[in-house]
Amino acid sequence: MQVFMKILLGFLLVCAISVSLSKKLLNSILIFMSYSLIMSIIWILLESPDLAITEAAVGAGITSVLFFVTLKKIQAMIKSENEEGEDKDE
Amino acid sequence: MSKKVSEEKYKKTLTYRLKQWLDGEDLFTGTVEMKPQEPYKVDQAVSEQRHEEKKRLLEQIYDIEHNPEMRIFNKIYRLFAFLFCIFLVLMLLTAVSNLPTVGSADRPVNNEVAKRYIENGLQETGAVNIVTGMILDYRAFDTLGESHVLFVATCTVLILLREDKKKKAEQNQNNDRLYEPKNDVILQTVAKILVPPIVIFGIYVILCGHLGPGGGFSGGAIIGAGLILYQNAFGFHKTERFFTAKTYKVLSFSALACYALSKCYSFYTGANHLESGIPLGTPGAILSSGLIFVLNICVGIVVAGTMYTFYVMFRKGGY
Amino acid sequence: MNLANLFNNYEEAVAMILFGIGFSNLLLQKNLIKKIIGLNIMDTAVYLFLALKGYIEGRKAPIVVNGVQSVEAYINPIPSGLVLTGIVVSVSVTALMLSLTIRLYRRYHTLDLDEISTRLKKEGL
Repeated sequence: MQVFMKILLGFLLVCAISVSLSKKLLNSILIFMSYSLIMSIIWILLESPDLAITEAAVGAGITSVLFFVTLKKIQAMIKSENEEGEDKDE
Repeated sequence: MSKKVSEEKYKKTLTYRLKQWLDGEDLFTGTVEMKPQEPYKVDQAVSEQRHEEKKRLLEQIYDIEHNPEMRIFNKIYRLFAFLFCIFLVLMLLTAVSNLPTVGSADRPVNNEVAKRYIENGLQETGAVNIVTGMILDYRAFDTLGESHVLFVATCTVLILLREDKKKKAEQNQNNDRLYEPKNDVILQTVAKILVPPIVIFGIYVILCGHLGPGGGFSGGAIIGAGLILYQNAFGFHKTERFFTAKTYKVLSFSALACYALSKCYSFYTGANHLESGIPLGTPGAILSSGLIFVLNICVGIVVAGTMYTFYVMFRKGGY
Repeated sequence: MNLANLFNNYEEAVAMILFGIGFSNLLLQKNLIKKIIGLNIMDTAVYLFLALKGYIEGRKAPIVVNGVQSVEAYINPIPSGLVLTGIVVSVSVTALMLSLTIRLYRRYHTLDLDEISTRLKKEGL
């Protein structure tokens, strides 16, 4: 169990550093989603199942979905400036 | 017998003036207005100087790319921010190295409060899950504040992102294809199979919050995620058949009001909870633990509505 | 600084390093969305530290099994309750900040904080 915990904590550090160093926004949001999931597994190793369920549902679910929808709104505005409000799925 | 006074004297008495005021006449014309002032004359030289200064400020000083001073300031700021972060981390690591070992049993954190909650928790609250019994019975006041935080966040997102239906009616007709799904076969088949188990699982986690891990927050988030999946696969028309703005308003308001009414006396009694009249049943059954069952359902409804509202406000700007 | 003890408490040290990474993201990045991600990383690092305060080795999760109700059998349940409230507040703050970002983008058409503050100063005069 100690070795498993050490591997997971190292993974957390790698995820956090690569979020700040990546160039594209979409990549950093995906890495943030996996950071949240690994955090949820660490809660189980620390014997608190309430926190694990809540973090899995809220962190890897709702927060990441909100980030994706924000990106979609911003890029939709970029396209609608260039093409004056035409369809996005071209 | 009253004495009759002359006309001019009568007009100066208090009763005459009161009678005039009651009749609606204005008594103070000519006495309290401001005297007319001279018009403001613009001094040519001063205004030209101000204009020059403003132009110089805009073009030379606030331009980040070309002003060398701003660039040096930027670099110094980044250097100092980096050094400050390293200093902060070193200070925190020094504090960590003086803490007792993680996982030992004789730390100052494990004091008599935890002993009371574990040993008498089952008899006093009736909940098998000690954490749920703690946050909904011993410390229900904190959960009340937290539900209000969710409510305020929803109100703020509504204010910022809501779009007026009348103004955007013309644009909506052109851009409506942005919001409708593309009838993706894989997504719709998977959603048809997955959404009912997700919602039922969420209801199970809410109802059995006092018997196992879970509770109001996790169950509400799971139900919210199920609703988001349904809306993503099938579009706004089909979701509006069962979840409109009025549904959200009625559900959320009644759930939050129910919670607030049952625990608001803590403002006066200083967070010492009174006994609710509901009997605690046998531990291990679903209908046990008194008021915790009702409060779990209220919190679950508020959280589910909040998560779905966040998504819909970001996506379309309205229900 | 006690280096031997620091390597014993390696989990708390990792939580503090994550806090530092999140904070430096908040200060040094130019993109608004990466600043918000940095704030989220800071939040979860603090929750990790709090939950480590309640962990006792060899004991089980705080759910009463078989009527065993002694203190020796369960971990400390109090930090778990505090973190549960914190996770929900964290998601509310993230949603609020993202909606503010959308409004800022609609007005200034950029996600760069330096440009926004420059334009604000030009307009505010």
